[in-house]
Amino acid sequence: MDNIFGRLTWADVTLFEVFKDPSIDTAVASAAAWIAVLGAVAVVALLTFTRRWGWLWREWLTSVDHKKIGIMYMVLGFVMFARGIFEGVVMRTHQATALDGGILTPHHWAELFSTHGTVMIFFVAMPFITGFMNYLIPLQIGARDMAFPMLNQISLGLTAAGAALVMISLVLGVFETGGWTAYPPFTGAAFDPGPGPDYWVWAIVISGFGSMFSGMNFAVTIYKMRAPGMKYLHMPVFCWTALCTSILLTFALPPLTVAGLMQGLDRLAGFHFFTNDLGGNMMNYANLFWMFGHPEVYILILPAYGIYSELTSTFAAKQLYGYTSLVWATMSIAVISFCVWLHHFFTMGQSPTINAAFGIATAIIAVPTGVKVYVWMATLWRGRIRFTTPIVYMAGFFILFTIGGFSGIILANPAINYQVHNTQFIVAHFHNVLLPGMLFAIFAGIHIWFPKAFGFRLHETWGKVTAALWIAGFSMTFLPLYVVGLMGYPRRSSAYDNPEFVPYMIVTLLGAFVLLTAFAGLVGTFVVSIRNRRDLAVPLGDPWDGRTLEWATPAPPPHWNFPVIPQVRARDAFALEKVEGRPYVVPEEYRDIHLPPSTMAGVMCFLATTGLGFALTWWIWWLAALSAVSVLIWLIGHSLRDHPHVVIPAKEVHRSNQAWIEAIDLATPVDRDHETKRMNRGFAATDMAEAT
Amino acid sequence: MSNAKPMNAHPGMNLGYGEGAHDAEVKVFGFWVFLMSDLVTFGLVFAIFGTMVEATAGGPGPREVTNLHSVAIQTALLLGSSFAFSWASLSMKYHEGRWRTLFYLSFAATSALGFLIIEFLDFRHWIEIGAVPQRSGYLSALWALVGLHGLHVAAGLLWVGAMTAQILIFGLTDDIKSRVTRLGLYWHFLDIVWVGIFSMVFLAGIA
Amino acid sequence: MKPNIKTMVRSVTGEESEERSFYSLGLVLSILLTVASFATVISGLVPRDWMIPGLIVLAIVQIVVHLRIFLHIDLSRQKREDLLMLLFTVLLLGIMAFGTLWIMSNLAVRM
Repeated sequence: MDNIFGRLTWADVTLFEVFKDPSIDTAVASAAAWIAVLGAVAVVALLTFTRRWGWLWREWLTSVDHKKIGIMYMVLGFVMFARGIFEGVVMRTHQATALDGGILTPHHWAELFSTHGTVMIFFVAMPFITGFMNYLIPLQIGARDMAFPMLNQISLGLTAAGAALVMISLVLGVFETGGWTAYPPFTGAAFDPGPGPDYWVWAIVISGFGSMFSGMNFAVTIYKMRAPGMKYLHMPVFCWTALCTSILLTFALPPLTVAGLMQGLDRLAGFHFFTNDLGGNMMNYANLFWMFGHPEVYILILPAYGIYSELTSTFAAKQLYGYTSLVWATMSIAVISFCVWLHHFFTMGQSPTINAAFGIATAIIAVPTGVKVYVWMATLWRGRIRFTTPIVYMAGFFILFTIGGFSGIILANPAINYQVHNTQFIVAHFHNVLLPGMLFAIFAGIHIWFPKAFGFRLHETWGKVTAALWIAGFSMTFLPLYVVGLMGYPRRSSAYDNPEFVPYMIVTLLGAFVLLTAFAGLVGTFVVSIRNRRDLAVPLGDPWDGRTLEWATPAPPPHWNFPVIPQVRARDAFALEKVEGRPYVVPEEYRDIHLPPSTMAGVMCFLATTGLGFALTWWIWWLAALSAVSVLIWLIGHSLRDHPHVVIPAKEVHRSNQAWIEAIDLATPVDRDHETKRMNRGFAATDMAEAT
Repeated sequence: MSNAKPMNAHPGMNLGYGEGAHDAEVKVFGFWVFLMSDLVTFGLVFAIFGTMVEATAGGPGPREVTNLHSVAIQTALLLGSSFAFSWASLSMKYHEGRWRTLFYLSFAATSALGFLIIEFLDFRHWIEIGAVPQRSGYLSALWALVGLHGLHVAAGLLWVGAMTAQILIFGLTDDIKSRVTRLGLYWHFLDIVWVGIFSMVFLAGIA
Repeated sequence: MKPNIKTMVRSVTGEESEERSFYSLGLVLSILLTVASFATVISGLVPRDWMIPGLIVLAIVQIVVHLRIFLHIDLSRQKREDLLMLLFTVLLLGIMAFGTLWIMSNLAVRM
């Protein structure tokens, strides 16, 4: 053992690259590294200065409360989102200057598009939807927590470990250059022996286990923990979409894990799964990766559909039109999404028969998606629509997502797909479905449920301006890419020689700056809202005249969610109570509530798997062994001790619930015309055309 | 649903009187979901193996690596282990004392340990004849598939060890019984995967 | 209102021996099917072309036996969720495995 740090040397630290070899390229690399390091130092300093370590540890890191875990997922998503967006802007700057060159070296450019994709899919989109599902599922089905609270925390730890590895790659060594899909043999040991592909492999495998465990946990929670009386067809639509996403997570992550581990074995141990020589077959990788990759698209978009469904019926004050068709559409998408993966590699060389089969399946999957768009339109039709921030996002979504969907149907045709394959047209298409489809839903959802989680609304004017900026920024940045794609601009190429692309690329650069402004607007919305939190407070818990069970709790809800587990008779349980004029019933009897105890399992798994991933990336074998063995010993030790539940005495539950009910009795209900005004304290005068 | 009837509890468990039943049912169902996900993992490795059967690149092929005596012994040991575990489940279900359950559990563990030792000897033989995973795509897939199963058995043994300690510390409480039930599902599941391996990898390899 | 465990143990001994014979049936069937699989390849009685289909059928039958007897999957109502889960998994795995073999063998032919 010549070096206790494996193959890691001082030369791999990117912080000082700019001083050694000053250029724009190295300046960007070093600046990114410094931002990562200084950001971490600043967080540590702030926590130390305000003496918040104990608070952080007790209230958050060791908590198994699904609401807190959900919020932590969202925070993780936002940190990574900041990185992803800045990378996007740097990339657009490069592309605007890329006529015969560009400001970055080709290698650095390749690193950027690889990290941007990896970060945005695995560490922004996934934490965002997992965060939402975590926060909402138990509240919407009337449960106290997940089926497996400790596993939930471990999932968060594993996801965070993957994110940590990607962040560490900014400072130590380089990332891979093969795109977010990391196709071998480009990422194989023969071509790229460096640490980049290893960072990718271990970050993806580790966080993949986290996502898979989340999926199982959510699925079991929804199957088995629903409140008494809540039949499957009584569940809120968000829960249906979450159930389908969970099933997809459970079954679609194994192909990614298998592909990732096989690539890891190829790289670390010299196996021949995807190599050029000795019988390896890199086409197996594309096949495996997209067997995960296509369901992944629906993993991300289905909960977004759920959010749009809740949003339309809430802000149109109507029951959702066509609940049953929506449920069937969601289920069909979940199953068909496993039958279309080949459309990501129509050009690999298989016979036209196979291409046709998968092309037809792809066109079919557009049908249930179309059903959904009609369902939302019919829900809005003749509703009493309130033009709040979520509805602004919804309006942008309707138009832009439909365009994205149509471009998808175009791509489903193998003959056309051959023409635009690997061009910017594809880049335009998937940003077109993921931004307006998924990200807008997340932002709309944040405006809807932030008041539930924190007890105050977000500032409406800031919210609306930000939403408009997202819509405009998206359109400027990505719609021109359809055009340059059709003109033949290959994606991922670091330079081009056609001067006709330049004007389009300048428009997208301006668009990227609008998106950056929109991101600033989002941060601004939070800052302004936190400052005005007294005026925006909605402690009574129902600011939007909500329909589902989570609104029948104070904001923020108590740790135990419901003082007494609710009895459900129909869909939109809370709306029904309001229409019948008997919401906020005082329970006849309070009982002691048992809650799962706090644990440091998540933190342990985070530390151990980050160590393991780092060690396998840099060949630090002692650290790998130490990480693996220590976490195993800890988990076994944990299983040998007794962990009694935390008991909340009935008296305490009574006191807390009584205080809330009394506050409601004293408050005046607010009608929908005043819901964005100061007088909205979260007690809604119901305005439902038809609630049952 | 939280007011599930006790009879809904997983068969093989004797804990269905009241509060504990729902909790146990949720956990066993959750573990079942995990096994199904694991089944997909194994199925995909099988499929990859299927695509690489021909990719021997001039190196050792199925005939060189298949030792039917050893495969037969491994099959017998694993089936015996699975059977011993079912005896342990029965004694947990019908008898109060922990020693009887531990007795059968030790049979299951010893048999599985024997399986691992024979498998290890096979691996050593493969290395001796140059059938290392670095030699060809076929051997990579073979080692990955058989190794993944072996790793699962080894993890299962570790789990039996932890379980034994838990039974000794806590006794056969409802919680522990539910854990043993899950371990049992895992144990029988691994035998099912082995049926796939001895038929499709070894026997079909020399057919 | 916990029932008396002692009486319970006595009252179910008949049930226990029933379950034991059920498990033993599983063991016997598994041994027979395994021996049949080995014999298919070794005995020389089965024509070459029939060997692999035979092995597949025997493996599937043995897996069903294991699922029924050792993993307690049956058609009764209380096990329906497990059964549906299993069938759904088999469906997805079928799609993925069949798709993989279809695509990759086609590519191998066309290379």
